[in-house]
Amino acid sequence: MANFYTDNKALKHHLTHPLMRRIVELKERNFADCEKFDYAPMNFEDAMDSYEKVLEIAGEISGEIVAPNAESVDHEGPHVVDGHVEYAEGTKKNLDALVKAGLMGISLPRRYNGLNFSLVPYIMAADMVSRADASFVNIWGLQDCAETIYEFADEDQRQRFLPRVCAGETMAMDLTEPDAGSDLQAVMLKATFNEADGTWRLNGVKRFITNGDGHIALVLARSEEGSHDGRGLSMFIYDRNDGGVTVRRIENKMGIKGSPTCELVFKNAKAELCGSRKLGLIKYVMALMNGARLGIAAQSVGVSEAAYREAYAYAQERRQFGKAIIEFPAVAEMLAVMKAKLDASRSLLYETTRFVDMYKTYEDISRDRKLEPEERTEMKYYSRLADAFTPLAKGMGSEFCNQNAYDSVQVHGGSGFMKDYACERIYRDARITSIYEGTTQLQVVAAIRHVTTGTYLSRINEYAAMEYAEEYKPLLDKLAAMTALYTEAVEAVTAQKNTEYTDFHARRLVEMAGHIIMGYLLIGDATRCECFRKSANVYVRFGEAEVTRHHKFISEFAVEDFESYKA
Amino acid sequence: MSLNIVVLAKQVPDTRNVGKDAMKEDGTINRSALPAIFNPEDLNALEQALRLKETHPGSKITLLTMGLPRAAEVIREGLYRGADTGIVLTDRALGGADTLATSYSLAQAIRHLAEYDIIIGGRQAIDGDTAQVGPQIAEKLGLPQVTYAEEIKVEDGKATIKRRIENGVEVVEAPLPLVVTVNGSAAPCRPRNARLIQKFKYAATPSEKGAASEEVKKLLDTRSYLNLYEWSAAEVEADPAQIGMPGSPTKVKTVVNVVFQAKESKRIEAADDAAIEDLVKDLIANHTIG
Repeated sequence: MANFYTDNKALKHHLTHPLMRRIVELKERNFADCEKFDYAPMNFEDAMDSYEKVLEIAGEISGEIVAPNAESVDHEGPHVVDGHVEYAEGTKKNLDALVKAGLMGISLPRRYNGLNFSLVPYIMAADMVSRADASFVNIWGLQDCAETIYEFADEDQRQRFLPRVCAGETMAMDLTEPDAGSDLQAVMLKATFNEADGTWRLNGVKRFITNGDGHIALVLARSEEGSHDGRGLSMFIYDRNDGGVTVRRIENKMGIKGSPTCELVFKNAKAELCGSRKLGLIKYVMALMNGARLGIAAQSVGVSEAAYREAYAYAQERRQFGKAIIEFPAVAEMLAVMKAKLDASRSLLYETTRFVDMYKTYEDISRDRKLEPEERTEMKYYSRLADAFTPLAKGMGSEFCNQNAYDSVQVHGGSGFMKDYACERIYRDARITSIYEGTTQLQVVAAIRHVTTGTYLSRINEYAAMEYAEEYKPLLDKLAAMTALYTEAVEAVTAQKNTEYTDFHARRLVEMAGHIIMGYLLIGDATRCECFRKSANVYVRFGEAEVTRHHKFISEFAVEDFESYKA
Repeated sequence: MSLNIVVLAKQVPDTRNVGKDAMKEDGTINRSALPAIFNPEDLNALEQALRLKETHPGSKITLLTMGLPRAAEVIREGLYRGADTGIVLTDRALGGADTLATSYSLAQAIRHLAEYDIIIGGRQAIDGDTAQVGPQIAEKLGLPQVTYAEEIKVEDGKATIKRRIENGVEVVEAPLPLVVTVNGSAAPCRPRNARLIQKFKYAATPSEKGAASEEVKKLLDTRSYLNLYEWSAAEVEADPAQIGMPGSPTKVKTVVNVVFQAKESKRIEAADDAAIEDLVKDLIANHTIG
């Protein structure tokens, strides 16, 4: 009986982080729902017990249903039938199980039939489902979009759409078009208001839409005729029951083949405005993307976990030269570094999730009542951290995921190149994580301002001031030295007062911050649980080498050298 | 029409994951070494009950289990999947029962329950593998029975049941009320539900309530649906001579530890399709596979 929650100690460790008490108490508004709903918790312990019980269900479905279906889903994939998507058989079974288990609308409020869970257990479920089948999490995980309806749609729309999501209807976010990928300001899909019947109508084409045939879609469209930039775009809700959108084709992808990536044709499709006109891109999509980036960070960690486990199992079982290959230092090191990257990216993922959860919960409370001044301050503090950590978790997490998938194939040797082993699928699935929902390069664009304004450094200083187990003193010294190198490098780059030059070194600087942050997080984890000791040791050494390398590159880089890199 | 559905469930040691400590010196099961689980085919039965409840809104599913007080765990597992309530039939006097005494005791409990349209159980339990209890209950209650069921539909007061038979399936009809035993080839049971697990996690029998915290006791006092039933032999008016050890004619004379060994071997060339086909036929015929 495979259970992806109980077989992975790291999950419970992160679930029981000390900050969870604050998060849960805020989220549950002092457990006021207990009187109104028969499934609401009485107190913190009760809520945590429920989180764990529900994660055991998600872990069981991931291990017993989703993972065994992954191979056939990869082979079969979805199809277009009469302009609509028909999922692979395994995908249907996965979805059916998760819907029956009530694992939809996990973080939505109970008044819309949600579970009102903290974001942490939701992201944890996504972590496990991704380990089972990266393609499936795209379909199930799009329930994220419901958050956007909750935050920006009106109450009538919330009441009509949110309970449907909780009951198992899937969602989609229809943003990109043939000429509007990373640059969403170029979106052309046309929204026109039909005065006759008072409805909005959508016309045009969307491309690369994950789960494009979902029941409820958020659509970014140009509502302001004659406009050309982001300020002319609004957000719409399209209900598949109304019709008007057909799936023209499903892309034939390298990986996550079970996830239907659709080209959609809108022909006078009826839709309703979500929130205010003109705020589609500049406000709502930004919020949507932040949620989605956290989702991809979770997917990256889940895929990384699968890659590591496949490699570890194979290295123990495969014998060459009279012994298991794991006994060769070259292989053992690869596995140790894989594990360290996995643990580091997971720590960063849950740290980020807690920050997001803290500020989002405060934001939600502020819809009901005015926040106290100290609450406002705390909300701003976490909001800034969430903003700084999300691109880091997505950017570095997805790169580590790719590196682990690569090394997983490498550990398998020739066998890993064959379709017979899961690592081959994992390798293909991993590749997209550093591309969609903003490429790594775009995560760096979002993160660099937190290098230059000092968000990372001040958080690093906070980590440095925390209490850790005595035995990690040598590692902490290394981190302090790395921080000095980071500070020096940041100063060297910003001293040039040249934006292009800063952009050139941005990734190096962001990664340096990331390595230091993940180093502290792992030492914190190791202080709470012995099971992270090895990873803390390995990761800090790995990070030290990376930080030193980047520092050397930057400090020895002359502005003239820059010319060689220009197009 | 809404139905009163009784699901028979047994808490069994997980004999599918047997370790080296699974058996004691004397050949009896070492229950402490094996986790106690919901008997697998009883889960198939529960799924059928849940499907009937979906097609017959307003139906009520009552789980009935006989065993130690801790068998209430099985009831909760059922509630997490959509059952409505449950009864633990538990009494020292019921201990040591064979299938005859067990079916008598359960039949008494069902009589005591009074309202039932359909009684569904798994074909057999993995600890005994007898497949006798369901049919015996039907006999004792004077009800029709259908065994090896894979799908159950109820319309116009009668049940239509697809049953697995050798080399195929057959569809039979039977009047209500009746007893159905469900085969392991039927649809697997749905997973536990996130909302129901939160709703019912504190559900308890009276003896469990006694040991619960004050907070949980308060919850049980205010939420009637959390209170599970616990019936004794006397409560179901069972005749002491027909239950437990006294009511069990089956006596285990001796238990022999059998170690399977390969006895014969056959060599077939990979190219010889006819010989391979014959071998497969043989293996199916002697139930090694299939």
